[in-house]
Amino acid sequence: MKLPSGLAPRKVIPVLITLGIFLIVAIAASLFGSSLVDRITTVMFVNVIMVLGLQIFMGNSGLLSFAHVGFMGIGAYASALFSLPPDQKLMSLPDLYTPFQDLQLGFLPAVFAAAAVAAIFAAIVGFPLMRLADTAAAIASFALLVIVHVVLSQWTAMTNGPRTLFGLLKYTDMWTAAIWAFIIIVVAFVFKESSLGMKLRASRDNVHAANAVGIDVIKTRWIAFVISAFICGMAGAMWAHFITSFQPGAFYMSMTFIVLTMLIVGGPQTVSGTALGVLIITVVSESLRQMENTLGMNANFPFDTVGMTEILLAIVLILVLAFRPGGLVEKTELGAGWAKRRGRLRRQTQPETTDESLAGTE
Amino acid sequence: MNDILQFIINALSLGSLYALFALGLIMVFGILRLVNFAYGELIMVAGYTWYILQGTFIPLVGLLISAVVAAGLASVLTERVAFRPVRSNSMNAMLITSFAVSTLLQNMALVFVSPRPRAVDVPTWFHTSLNVGGLRIGVSNLIIIAISGLTLLALMLLMQRTRLGLTLRAASDDFRMLQLLGVRANQVIATAFLISGLLAGVAGFLWIGRIGSVSPTVGMAPLLVALIAIVVGGMSSLSGAIAGGFFMGALTIALQLILPQDLLAFRDAVIFAVVILVLVVRPQGLIKGRFATERIG
Repeated sequence: MKLPSGLAPRKVIPVLITLGIFLIVAIAASLFGSSLVDRITTVMFVNVIMVLGLQIFMGNSGLLSFAHVGFMGIGAYASALFSLPPDQKLMSLPDLYTPFQDLQLGFLPAVFAAAAVAAIFAAIVGFPLMRLADTAAAIASFALLVIVHVVLSQWTAMTNGPRTLFGLLKYTDMWTAAIWAFIIIVVAFVFKESSLGMKLRASRDNVHAANAVGIDVIKTRWIAFVISAFICGMAGAMWAHFITSFQPGAFYMSMTFIVLTMLIVGGPQTVSGTALGVLIITVVSESLRQMENTLGMNANFPFDTVGMTEILLAIVLILVLAFRPGGLVEKTELGAGWAKRRGRLRRQTQPETTDESLAGTE
Repeated sequence: MNDILQFIINALSLGSLYALFALGLIMVFGILRLVNFAYGELIMVAGYTWYILQGTFIPLVGLLISAVVAAGLASVLTERVAFRPVRSNSMNAMLITSFAVSTLLQNMALVFVSPRPRAVDVPTWFHTSLNVGGLRIGVSNLIIIAISGLTLLALMLLMQRTRLGLTLRAASDDFRMLQLLGVRANQVIATAFLISGLLAGVAGFLWIGRIGSVSPTVGMAPLLVALIAIVVGGMSSLSGAIAGGFFMGALTIALQLILPQDLLAFRDAVIFAVVILVLVVRPQGLIKGRFATERIG
């Protein structure tokens, strides 16, 4: 049995496991049928898209980026501009420039156009940004997040300023979000194993060695940055069409914190880990939120309970960073180690298949 | 002429405050190469200490001292609890830790005090102004310049004239060498955090006096300012941070005068664009440090 190395069991099994887990979650949620569970699951799938978008850049390149929640915001606002019906625009965005006034696209075109806007923006700002390293890159991406936030909350004509933008049509439901999340999971796996992803991971592990073997590190990072911005923009658009009314504040520090927590706890270097991180953090934070609400209503604390969830999540994040800095799924994708061991066993019994051992050296 | 003098005093006042913010941030950055995102929350801690202790018998000076001490303690505590365990991990891990600590402290203020801003009792004379030869000088500006000036002076003396200052300066030049010479890493880093927290306390007290209230996100603006100031100042020297702080103060006041009202809202975006530009075009900042080594672990 000869398979192309991209379809080796240790590459395919993690994809199937990850998809399987989320498929089970999706089916369970739709069987359960409560609107609360439906809402939580939908937001979770949108977060899968968002966090995997971030993982494509951050996990593979090893560069910290605070900017991606900004791209999510751009995606959300751009998709609103593309999809709001003209008569609704008169109410939601009274000062809108005339060329945008009559613009209306369907759901998917609007989502992709919005993602493209985020990607184009990332392509422009990424050009200088990708030249920076380490602290400078982190500070610059943070500065970018602040810039995006200021523009989103001050450009009243396009975004309704710091006030709530309302009137979006609700297109995203649980299964739309789920199917797109599945697609992005596959995309993230494929990207990681693609030559581009391989080059990027090489530059993460040793940037000088990567340069020395002829990888154009800056260009590689830039392409990954644009791709990941596209996906984050998509996530923003999906989210916007689920929530239907939102403010610029939604795409700022607290969102960045949640997204980073999901990524870091799960394990930024692995796709299955990242996806699992989203699932775990969603379950943890939602159950904490429920507890917070019940406690807030029933128990007589001398203080408000809102915010407890973030406190506990922050503690979890610090603990993970201190004791398991690679996240839950650190280097080997879920199931890949098992597939590899099995492959080795098989090779020991059938010594004639040597081509797989070549593919096994990474 | 009066306008120019007025501008200079305003710029000096804001600039000296910004310089303190930047100094506090660079103290830690110089040694650990860590941009402490939780720095703004130290300012918040100072503010809430003031808010909680006001109305008791403690006089204003006592409030100032307790706020400064509280910020210093909070800083040392975050170092001990959060930063020390992750210090040997990657730089990203430390940055994200500081982000987590920031969220943690903000939400603690949210839960245990209130999400809404709380007013602090600023004495009324603080917001009056003196009339000197036709020139109106705000008392607040004078006090800010005086206290910041004294703090800057004290810090300079500490850094230049004492053994501790020598150690700290050496640590930011080449920490590994210092460790090889037998200086305790934990002690030096904790001291740097302490000084950083004290500076945040002094500057934060004045800052909160200026705006008159404290909220969980009150530290955000000073953090951003300090971040820009140290980038502009080159991220390697104390003098760079001070210069960056004064530069930022002058720039803020100038933009307030020059920019038309509808563009004023975009001021922060413009300033941050300048940061990215500085990082790309002149990563060594406006003032170049003499010496820089890799991050220590």
